[in-house]
Amino acid sequence: MLQTQSVAHQYKGTQRFQFPDINCNAGETMLILGQSGVGKSTLLHILAGILQPKEGKVQINETSLYNLSGSKRDKFRGKEIGLIFQKPHFVQALNAFDNLILAQKMAGQTPTPEKIKALLESLNLNHRSDAMVYQMSQGEQQRLSIARALVNEPGLILADEPTSALDDTNCAEVIKLMETHAQKVNAALIIVTHDKRLKDLFQKTIELK
Amino acid sequence: MNLLKLAWKNIIHNPLSLLLNLVLLALGIGLIHFIFLLNFQLKDKFDKNLAEIDLVIGAKGSPLQLILSSMYHIDSPTGNISINEARPFLREGHPLIKRSVPLSVGDSYKGYRIVGTDYSIMDLYEAKIASGKKWQNLYEVTAGSAVTDMLDLEIGSTFFSSHGLNDDEDLAHEHARFKVVGIMEPTGSVIDQLLLTSSESVWAVHDHEVEDHDHEEHDHAHHSGDMSRAHLLEQGEQDITSILIQYQSRTNFQALSMPRNINENTDLQAASPAIEINRLYDMMGTGTKALQLLAYLIAFVSAISIFVSLLSSLKTRKYELSLMRVLGGTPGTLFTLIVLEGVIMALLGCVIGLILSQTAMATWTQELTDKYNYPFSAWQLHGKELWLIAGSMIIGFLASVIPALMAYKTDIHESLSSSK
Repeated sequence: MLQTQSVAHQYKGTQRFQFPDINCNAGETMLILGQSGVGKSTLLHILAGILQPKEGKVQINETSLYNLSGSKRDKFRGKEIGLIFQKPHFVQALNAFDNLILAQKMAGQTPTPEKIKALLESLNLNHRSDAMVYQMSQGEQQRLSIARALVNEPGLILADEPTSALDDTNCAEVIKLMETHAQKVNAALIIVTHDKRLKDLFQKTIELK
Repeated sequence: MNLLKLAWKNIIHNPLSLLLNLVLLALGIGLIHFIFLLNFQLKDKFDKNLAEIDLVIGAKGSPLQLILSSMYHIDSPTGNISINEARPFLREGHPLIKRSVPLSVGDSYKGYRIVGTDYSIMDLYEAKIASGKKWQNLYEVTAGSAVTDMLDLEIGSTFFSSHGLNDDEDLAHEHARFKVVGIMEPTGSVIDQLLLTSSESVWAVHDHEVEDHDHEEHDHAHHSGDMSRAHLLEQGEQDITSILIQYQSRTNFQALSMPRNINENTDLQAASPAIEINRLYDMMGTGTKALQLLAYLIAFVSAISIFVSLLSSLKTRKYELSLMRVLGGTPGTLFTLIVLEGVIMALLGCVIGLILSQTAMATWTQELTDKYNYPFSAWQLHGKELWLIAGSMIIGFLASVIPALMAYKTDIHESLSSSK
């Protein structure tokens, strides 16, 4: 599913990040662990097709991500990669349901309201469908951002510090939620975090240094 | 959730800045349109009533007043002239004059002017009788279509005239009872607003005034019902107010010098409608231009306001826009979104402005109609509206193009990292 080859990046006038090769199959979960400053976000953005690395190759299925032109890569990301952020962000002018519709539209998909309803229900959000995002609780927003990452049934789901703001109970719950849903659509799930609580939960772990 | 809907939701998500933008643009566009409507209506009325009249002859005074009172019936006359003085222009067969129409004005009924004249006025305005007949005998009146509509007059209705153009009961001549004998078809010109009667009827009303107490002795000998021009000319001592004149040929050199001859060599005044009305437009033009400048200024400020509000919304929505990129939106998508927001706001402001100006015009035309007995029509489109809508869209586009470019160039890696 996801393969990287000798990816490295260097911001102007700073140290160079050399990342280990990553190989993650469909339906698998992988943890990328690291302290702050080791280039976690940089790697995540490279994997997501947001930041072109100075060196190396990112391959998702048959597609070499950085061989795609800018807007083709945007469309590819919308369809094939679901992102979950540490702090959930949404389009403030839209309600929960419309934010998911927007995710489908932006990816060039035909909106499927029925599927969205089912997805919201499976994340226990069906009663918040019409709520404005800023009226929702932190936990609800987190679940909604999982829903958004899943709505286009992508091949790859990237989660950026999804648990750092959560207590132990919620932490375990969110991880379980992500794993189940990722497996349901047979997506590769990569969690990038500094949260040591997650270390023993996954078999496949890469530690950045 | 297409871009249009998203742009709309984004706009109404920020109602205060939307309100400011709409108020400014609506004010600017509304004012531009209102000035246009007003000018259009006035010019339309003035031009329609030129009726190919080349010259108005009357008593000395303000030429504009002579024109306004004799052709548009919205001012009091400059004074009277005697038929003896006017004789050369009234008699048939003058080599330069194709048609001359004597007018005796001064009285009105409920604000509608009573004009003593002969049948030549109907030829001048190409008016036809719709029902009844032309005025002939003393106090017989043929009414214009607008008068009968507004005052509910019909054939056989009677009324007392009152002095001047005001509807003032104290000034009513209660001895002279006019009677409607005919109604004219609508022409769209000023004749629709008039009550036509014989010159003799107008004189009779005022003779009574003088001879009030000798009523019984007053003989009606010269109220013959003879409407011929020759008969009119026989009443040499009587006064009329003015004469409307059409030349045989507008390019005849002698005709062109006629007004100057009259003004220099007689006690009469000759005024050319084309010149006076242009002078009036010029006078209005100065005020109009200042207002127009103000309107354009407001429209310009509204463009800046749209620009600033989009720019500041960009700052707060920086993460949101990156998010749309993450979700698969291209830079072009963001550019289109921001431009749409600007254009929608501008369009909305423009439509509100047009509605405002039409409403203001509708309210005001009622007042104008009441005041001058001119029907002004408010709810009509002129094609100018399309230009204003196009102009507003350009304003919206120009105001949003820089913010849109900034959105286009958003570095999502940077903005996602910075807003963590």
